[in-house]
Amino acid sequence: MVSRDLVIETKGLRKSFPGVLANDQIDIDIRRGEVHAIVGENGAGKSTLMKMLCGLYQPDAGEIFLNGEKIELSDPGKAIKLGIGMVHQHFMLIPRFSVTENIILGAENSNRGVLNFKKAHAEVEELCKRYEFDLNPKELVADLSVGEQQRVEILKVLYRGAEVIIMDEPTAVLVPQEVDELFKNLKLLVEAGKTVIFISHKLDEVLEISDRITVLRRGQKIGTVNKEDTNKKHLAEMMVGRPVLFTVEKGEADVEGTVLEINDLHYSENGQAILNGVNFEVKAGEIYGIAGVEGNGQTELVETIVGLRKPASGSVKLLGKDITGKEVVDIRKEGIGFVPEDRHKRGLVLPMTVAENSILGKHNSKDLKKSLLLDYKKIEALTKQYITDYDIRVSSPQVEIGNLSGGNQQKVILAREFSGEPNLIIAAQPTRGLDVGAIEFVRKELVKARDAGKAVLLISADLEEVMAMSDRIGVIYNGRITSEFLPEEVDHQQLGHYMLGSEKEGAAK
Amino acid sequence: MLNELFSPDMMASAIRLTIPILLAALGAIYSERSGVVNIGLEGMMVVGAFWAAWGSFNYGPVVGILFGITAGMVLASIHALVTVTFKVNQIVSGVALNVLAAGISRFSSLSIFGMATTSPHVSGLPKMTIKPLAEISWLKPLVTEFSILIPISFILVGVTVWVLKYTTFGLRLRAAGENPEAADTLGINVFKMRYAGIIISGAFAGLAGAYLSIEHTGMYVEGMTQGKGYIALAAMIFGNWSAIGAMFAALLFGFAEAISLRRITTLVPYQFIKIIPYLLTIIVVSGFVKKSDPPAKVGTNYERGEG
Ligand SMILES: Nc1ncnc2c1ncn2[C@@H]1O[C@H](COP(=O)(O)OP(=O)(O)OP(=O)(O)O)[C@@H](O)[C@H]1O
Ligand SMILES: [Mg+2]
Repeated sequence: MVSRDLVIETKGLRKSFPGVLANDQIDIDIRRGEVHAIVGENGAGKSTLMKMLCGLYQPDAGEIFLNGEKIELSDPGKAIKLGIGMVHQHFMLIPRFSVTENIILGAENSNRGVLNFKKAHAEVEELCKRYEFDLNPKELVADLSVGEQQRVEILKVLYRGAEVIIMDEPTAVLVPQEVDELFKNLKLLVEAGKTVIFISHKLDEVLEISDRITVLRRGQKIGTVNKEDTNKKHLAEMMVGRPVLFTVEKGEADVEGTVLEINDLHYSENGQAILNGVNFEVKAGEIYGIAGVEGNGQTELVETIVGLRKPASGSVKLLGKDITGKEVVDIRKEGIGFVPEDRHKRGLVLPMTVAENSILGKHNSKDLKKSLLLDYKKIEALTKQYITDYDIRVSSPQVEIGNLSGGNQQKVILAREFSGEPNLIIAAQPTRGLDVGAIEFVRKELVKARDAGKAVLLISADLEEVMAMSDRIGVIYNGRITSEFLPEEVDHQQLGHYMLGSEKEGAAK
Repeated sequence: MLNELFSPDMMASAIRLTIPILLAALGAIYSERSGVVNIGLEGMMVVGAFWAAWGSFNYGPVVGILFGITAGMVLASIHALVTVTFKVNQIVSGVALNVLAAGISRFSSLSIFGMATTSPHVSGLPKMTIKPLAEISWLKPLVTEFSILIPISFILVGVTVWVLKYTTFGLRLRAAGENPEAADTLGINVFKMRYAGIIISGAFAGLAGAYLSIEHTGMYVEGMTQGKGYIALAAMIFGNWSAIGAMFAALLFGFAEAISLRRITTLVPYQFIKIIPYLLTIIVVSGFVKKSDPPAKVGTNYERGEG
């Protein structure tokens, strides 16, 4: 299917932000009908490059060619008219609108300003049929799952007649089944002659779906390779510039006393029971991994432990002390490091600087204050320490954190939460959106914390991660820990089975 | 006592008092749905009332109404310029406009009519009567000698529902209030939509003011809006940002006001009855009644982010 003719070609694209050269001399070529992956470390400049291709950013220098002709993309509207559409990392949808309303918005076929919903619904249905999207045009977007919302985003660009579809980390937010569904859709798109450019940190996926792969590192293009000519190790090395370990080296766990003890925890929301009697313990010196399909109470469990939600009954004990239902500040004081799953909602204040974000939750600590006021010199020194220790790619501590790449934002949270000697580290989806190098780094840090005698509670949608990292695994299903395993006791498949509701004989507590 | 409370006379009075609240609330819907809080409704009503009276005094009621609408739109344009273009806090701008409107009207009244607080008597539009229905005694007060703006206001409820739901303009306007960033990436001019929303709300508020001065009272009186702009905002919130909801809420407020105007009982001191509409407003605005569901980005100014 892939022909040799180029849809998009760039020559010497350059884009800088204050203090960073995000893209430098980028020459890429995208062939018609291919799936072209862009990979690279966090902050390598992938999103920036894509934003220039879809008209959101203007390049400082360089040229973009579409079908051999030079084009100027002054705004996203222009790009979409030319057939280049982007599905953003953060969805741009309106929850209160129906699927159809979201899709036609801005490209309405109207009769003197009056909409014809019958026709619009039919058109959307037709598109869904052609590319096998499973969606109801009349449903409200607010009621859709993440995977379905993504389909709406793709349909939005297709409805506008896009020939080239750019997707920024489309799989980061999807559960495995949804990823399969997405890839099925993408294959149909490519068969229909469309071109897909997509960014991902998951190299297995990249190797599965793409025809060619371009690697960026620190704003520069390292090379483009055919899928057949490369493998995971090779790609990772191109990205990071050194060999990357995919397995975490970790010795025997040296387990001591119980740190976290959860007893018959119940929680419900709007009359719906979400936690139905959760029981487990995490001991000092071990990593306890919770595996489960998203939406089985993981989020609520974690947020109940840290005090963001109040349980209906049951108890949470930290080092023997009852912390059930206490205020967040008080719980934090007991020594909990918390890496939340949604970094924008819970982890960071985007319009504030990196330095300010680095001390959130520690802002009352005496070390950072000069009598009543914050001591910005100390805060800056601390932030600089974090920046070197965690290899955060940022030009200065005074940059607004919203401007950092997703992975680098995550590193700021990790630096903040891992420091200060917590007794318990709760890490929810700690590697989501991180590049291979950073994942390696985070996993090493988690193991280091464990070896230093801390208790680590790991929640991850990535089975691979749970299996590789945990000393014990608890499966959560329907608001309960239904079974517990040692990682060597189970394989992927079995674990998947338990995650869908089977229970280990006699193991449910 | 109940008889008196729900008498036809009372109903007719309630509807008359509903109209200015309803019109301003409908206007507020356009503004809020586009993402801009319009607390300046009160001021827009005031200038609408004044200039409608002036227009009617000089050129008759039709021109008067057009003047009232225009005055509301002019004041609204300032709100649009200040909030959308210069990105000033929407509440601050609205409050400032209310103060400005009061000042302008007093000044204009003094210099034009020679009286600071009232205009001379002005004529309204010809009153309507539905003859056959007027024969029925319990309907009589409702269908005789009413202002043509009353049915028009109720028609505008339907128009608003339709515009917001079934036109390209309505869809885009709502998008600007729900997710301006998304709207922008889809090539919708968020600034234009918000200007449109605010200016339409000014037109409605101006019309509401015009109704008050030339239809309801027959003259401009300083302070005649009596906080109806704020009450309209409460009605819109109570009606959950929908035209139909706002209509029922406005009827409720109109009814409360009708009660407060009559001394129906001596059981409770008159002053307590007088505060009913305002008390209702406070209760509604403080979110006491039910969880409200405003447009996602109402109240926040949109700035295009680029690096
Ligand atoms: N609007 C902006 N203002 C300032 N700096 C920016 C802006 N956007 C990106 N940057 C910087 O440019 C660099 C490249 O960022 P970009 O978002 O393109 O990275 P990325 O490859 O997409 O990373 P990730 O995998 O983490 O998403 C980073 O150092 C980032 O901090
Ligand atoms: Mg990115």
